[in-house]
Amino acid sequence: MMTATATAQDAVTLDMGSMELREVNSTLQAAAATNRTQFEVLNTLGSHAIAVGLDAEIKVTVKGSTGYYCAGMNKRATVHVTGSVGPGVAENMMSGTVIVDGDASQYAGATAHGGLLVIKGNASSRCGISMKGIDIVVHGNIGHMSAFMAQKGNLVVLGDAGDALGDSLYEARLFVRGSVKSLGADCIEKEMRPEHLELLKDLLDRSGTDAKPEEFRRYGSARKLYHFNVDHADAY
Amino acid sequence: MTEAPKTLPRQSWTFSNDTNAEIRRAAHTGIYDIRGGGAKRKVPHFDDLLFLGASMSRYPLEGYREKCETSLTLGTRFAKKPIELAIPITIAGMSFGSLSGPAKEALGRGATMAGTSTTTGDGGMTEEERGHSEKLVYQYLPSRYGMNPDDLRRADAIEVVVGQGAKPGGGGMLLGQKITERVAGMRDLPVGIDQRSACRHPDWTGPDDLEIKILELREITNWEKPIYIKVGGARPYYDVALSVKAGADVIVLDGMQGGTAATQDVFLEHVGQPTLACIRPAVKALQDLGMHRKVQLVVSGGIRTGADVAKALALGADAVSIGTAALVALGDNDPKWEAEYRKLGSTTGAYDDWHEGRDPAGITTQDPELMKRLDPVEAGRRLRNYLSVLTLECQTLARACGKSHVHNLEPEDLCALTIEAAAMAGVPLAGTDWIPGKGF
Repeated sequence: MMTATATAQDAVTLDMGSMELREVNSTLQAAAATNRTQFEVLNTLGSHAIAVGLDAEIKVTVKGSTGYYCAGMNKRATVHVTGSVGPGVAENMMSGTVIVDGDASQYAGATAHGGLLVIKGNASSRCGISMKGIDIVVHGNIGHMSAFMAQKGNLVVLGDAGDALGDSLYEARLFVRGSVKSLGADCIEKEMRPEHLELLKDLLDRSGTDAKPEEFRRYGSARKLYHFNVDHADAY
Repeated sequence: MTEAPKTLPRQSWTFSNDTNAEIRRAAHTGIYDIRGGGAKRKVPHFDDLLFLGASMSRYPLEGYREKCETSLTLGTRFAKKPIELAIPITIAGMSFGSLSGPAKEALGRGATMAGTSTTTGDGGMTEEERGHSEKLVYQYLPSRYGMNPDDLRRADAIEVVVGQGAKPGGGGMLLGQKITERVAGMRDLPVGIDQRSACRHPDWTGPDDLEIKILELREITNWEKPIYIKVGGARPYYDVALSVKAGADVIVLDGMQGGTAATQDVFLEHVGQPTLACIRPAVKALQDLGMHRKVQLVVSGGIRTGADVAKALALGADAVSIGTAALVALGDNDPKWEAEYRKLGSTTGAYDDWHEGRDPAGITTQDPELMKRLDPVEAGRRLRNYLSVLTLECQTLARACGKSHVHNLEPEDLCALTIEAAAMAGVPLAGTDWIPGKGF
């Protein structure tokens, strides 16, 4: 039974204390066919797969913390989580914006093709794994094996990065302000050129931080693993 | 004076000419041998089983008068829109990238004419295959190349690939020769570089996570699509039981004869179990959980004839899937290209350097000139014909066993020619009532 209610601010309230996940998601997924653009999800109880598969220019505020795959495969929508998120937030996102006020567990932004993911706390291991075009900005630290096999897009870290950053990296750009515990296979530090500073400034501005682009170092692929070479066998 | 008899030159079985050739090749190149296809070694297979047929204790169905049904429904457990197939034979997942666009189109055409489904692969969904496939299964792979929610929603089913029979536990590699602008664009990678496919998924580990991943996929697609889980023939009892636990509607079980576009020969020949050995443990897992026929089992890996289809069904599968055989039906390894196979250092029937992109038949290539050699309409017709023959053969055998639906075939209809096959298939050795492992 649909129990969504509109508040005075014109946001449709979806209360997971009384609504099933399917009702919440189907309401959000159907938003493109309505004139409603503001939604808030309450009493999340750490549920998985909240606000997945959205495809409309709507704003969803998830009040609380979530389980796995919050905002998975998002297109166009802005999803703002006021708590922390479980593994795979914004996985395979295509476009839109996802903002997490708290921390993120593993695989944040995994395989995502586009859009902006902002994590205001820390992100755990494998942040940006296999990313394919997304921009990720983490205000805190990130865990080990982040940006593993990252293909395209930008990963910006205001804090420190864990072990094996950018292992087997393709064409994604990595910017880290703090320390990097170790670089993964084929990931090297690269020159920060003016176009990178400009790009970084835009990402920092859009993610709500006043950090300075000049404080960051850039990392990218040495491109030595792009074609198999027996002399690099130890790196595979 | 007659010459004294001499000892003939004696080849070593251990260090055969083939073995020594591989040692020399490895010493020269410094890289393992990569090839396409599945295991080439001889392993116990469906040929080692026979149908008993009908006689005094069973009566057969009349071949031209009495119907033997072949239709089935996949995805009846949770999906709002299960897939209805006319025949119990599907086309296995093969990627655009490893296969040419015309080849993918031909697979779609042939499968659609035969009333069955085809499957995408590790490279996303192309318009050719969506447009020509009435029923299309969209693979969800570790690389997630080309994965997007729009294609997810326009698929008819989703197949989460955990592993494949050619390389359980292994990833993939599409070499740079086949990475054209179009292939690279679909995969979000530069043109011409080797493209690796990871061996496990980037955002879940283990069946507990997979259960949540499947929940997400169902939520994105309004619980409409059947969710398949594909596993390689590693530990079929446990793999199937855990797939059921994770929420699969359909389980695809791929034995070691199942093909791949490219992987290490050592992997193909030394990892995984033969298809024949996988089916009974998988069926037992389903039966133990009370899910046999509720979660459908699709078996693949070395299916060639209607007899293979019938035997797989008799052992408890709901359907089979074909890949290599479908490519042969399209024109792969056709003798008419023998002169060109020779130039590539191979011969008809042995050509397996699919990863090099120089396939004379225009199937496993992205070369525009070679691709033109495959007429997708004609090749699709050949595939349709082949699928029809498989179905007719399967029906013939089922009728001979007195079955009005191919799903009524059962292990009791079979015997085995070898002790190994009897043990693997759980059917008696021919001429005895002995099933190895079941006592005397």
